[in-house]
Amino acid sequence: MSQYISEEKTQELEIKANEARQLLIEMLTVAGSGHTAGPLGMADIFTAMYFHVLNHDPKNPEWEERDRLILSNGHITPIRYVMMAMSGYFPLEELKTLRKFGTRLQGHPERERLPGVETTSGPLGSGLGQAAGIAYASRMDKKKVRTYCLMSDGEQDAGATWESAMFIGKNKLNNLTAVIDRNNIQIDGMTENVMPLESLKAKYEAFNWNVLEVDGHNIEQFVDAIEEAKAIYEKPTVIIAHTIPGKGIKEIEFDYKWHGIPPKPEEAKKFLSELRTLGGKIVSEHQ
Amino acid sequence: MINKESRLVDNLLDKSKLEMLATRVGYGKGLVEAGEKDPRVVVLCADLTESTHSHWFAEKFPERFIEMGVAEQNMALVASGMANYGKIPFISSYATFSPGRNNEQIRTNICLNNVPVKVAGSHAGISVGPDGATHQALEDIALMRVIPKMVVVVPCDAVEAQKATVAVAFNGSPSYIRLAREKSPVFTTKETPFEIGKAEIFRSLASGESRSKASGNSCAIIGCGMLLYNALVAAEELSKEGIECMVINSHTVKPIDEEIIIYAAKEAGAIVTVEEHQVNGGLGSAVAEVLSKNYPVPQEYIGMQDRFGESGNSDELIKAFGMDVGSIKEAVKKAIARKK
Repeated sequence: MSQYISEEKTQELEIKANEARQLLIEMLTVAGSGHTAGPLGMADIFTAMYFHVLNHDPKNPEWEERDRLILSNGHITPIRYVMMAMSGYFPLEELKTLRKFGTRLQGHPERERLPGVETTSGPLGSGLGQAAGIAYASRMDKKKVRTYCLMSDGEQDAGATWESAMFIGKNKLNNLTAVIDRNNIQIDGMTENVMPLESLKAKYEAFNWNVLEVDGHNIEQFVDAIEEAKAIYEKPTVIIAHTIPGKGIKEIEFDYKWHGIPPKPEEAKKFLSELRTLGGKIVSEHQ
Repeated sequence: MINKESRLVDNLLDKSKLEMLATRVGYGKGLVEAGEKDPRVVVLCADLTESTHSHWFAEKFPERFIEMGVAEQNMALVASGMANYGKIPFISSYATFSPGRNNEQIRTNICLNNVPVKVAGSHAGISVGPDGATHQALEDIALMRVIPKMVVVVPCDAVEAQKATVAVAFNGSPSYIRLAREKSPVFTTKETPFEIGKAEIFRSLASGESRSKASGNSCAIIGCGMLLYNALVAAEELSKEGIECMVINSHTVKPIDEEIIIYAAKEAGAIVTVEEHQVNGGLGSAVAEVLSKNYPVPQEYIGMQDRFGESGNSDELIKAFGMDVGSIKEAVKKAIARKK
């Protein structure tokens, strides 16, 4: 039992996360290009962020007091777009414009085009430093703004990530919480084969961070970690969230080949049915 | 003749009477001035605080100065975040490292992101001297001017550097300001006009000496940075040989002042560009782009001829690599000889 989120709320978020996965499959299929595995894997965490954790106002994306959510690994932006549409930043219909000419929903997010995405991102290793700058500036102004930085595990290869980690540790930016999507895959294969990262926990601890580890598909656990991080004043916190790439669709789960491709229409039909029936556990009214 | 409206110092050509100051000193003063004007101004530095003259700001506004360590990529990123939040960050380092090492962060996280970070690259040019080629930034103008939204300013002396620093602080754009290590003559004054994007004519053709009337014996020298002083000296010496030169301070390389370049080409009929930078991609290229589209005339390029520098003192190197007064005079003659 969590003291931070009720069972009812957790269940409500789980249903929302499932809806989000469906919207994601639909939008990627229409787009005909884009990343599938990462966004599916982060659907639960994004749902928790947008519908429980973040202090934000979808009707006023430039509101100064808002929490900042910096998405460092911009390639999983489809799940952020879905969240933004679901929470009212823009109409759901606009999701179908993903990656099309003239769209605000660029393949990788652009701050100038779509209010609410906070930063232009995609090139890896660049989000944490920007989050640090926002956290540092808001602390200078004594604002109660909280900055969250979502990162992939692959971008822990990048030197700039560690420059930023060192800076944040030095300055004890406790108004910043980083979340690493620890799904163990990157484009060229398993992270531990491409460039071993472990022990990630020990590395961040050595950089003067508080490190928490959670199951990234357990919304209650994740929310608890977010709240625990707020209570720690001496250090910044990183939450290593263990996730399953492609989570929710058996055929995609754990398969790194799904990193950078969208479903084909026939596959999408099957995947959507799997999501609607919770993997066959319930009989859909549509069947 | 010297353009009186440019309000240059008296005794311009008597170098012994001129104050010698590095442009990085003007930057340091400009930071303090900008910091006094606006509390949003913050300065980040990558372990080169005194050397980039960021220390005056750090002493005066310690709460607005951030030591970044030897981490130029993170410096650009943190500045991007701070500007995104509403600050006006300057990032100070040597130009080889910033905008050299952190070029991608400047491109994507500052310019594409469109946040008003001010990149200050000190120790640019061959005049860095004894430190050698590793520290002589000769590619930075090219790197910066090719990125959309980036403004590029190269001050010609310490007084102009101070003005340029304050001006970029409040221009609302990603900006690059290029600075030198070596002391150089201070030949502009507080009254010399300075506006980003607007070049200044420091020396004009005497009336009646325009191209048509001077039987083609005229040229316009367009320069930026401390070599502009050499250009003024060269123009004066050439005048004694019957060759008249216009000298233009194109301190803003981007957006470049097209109007004045076209005017100079029409008036003088030949151009020499002068910069302490690779001839590929710098001011000379920017001028050539304007001329080829509008009014092509013969152009010669003073600068590094596609090679790296080496150790030596500043004057030695300026001479060895063909950027001294004599080399500028030769280039002018060559450009004039190419007129049809």
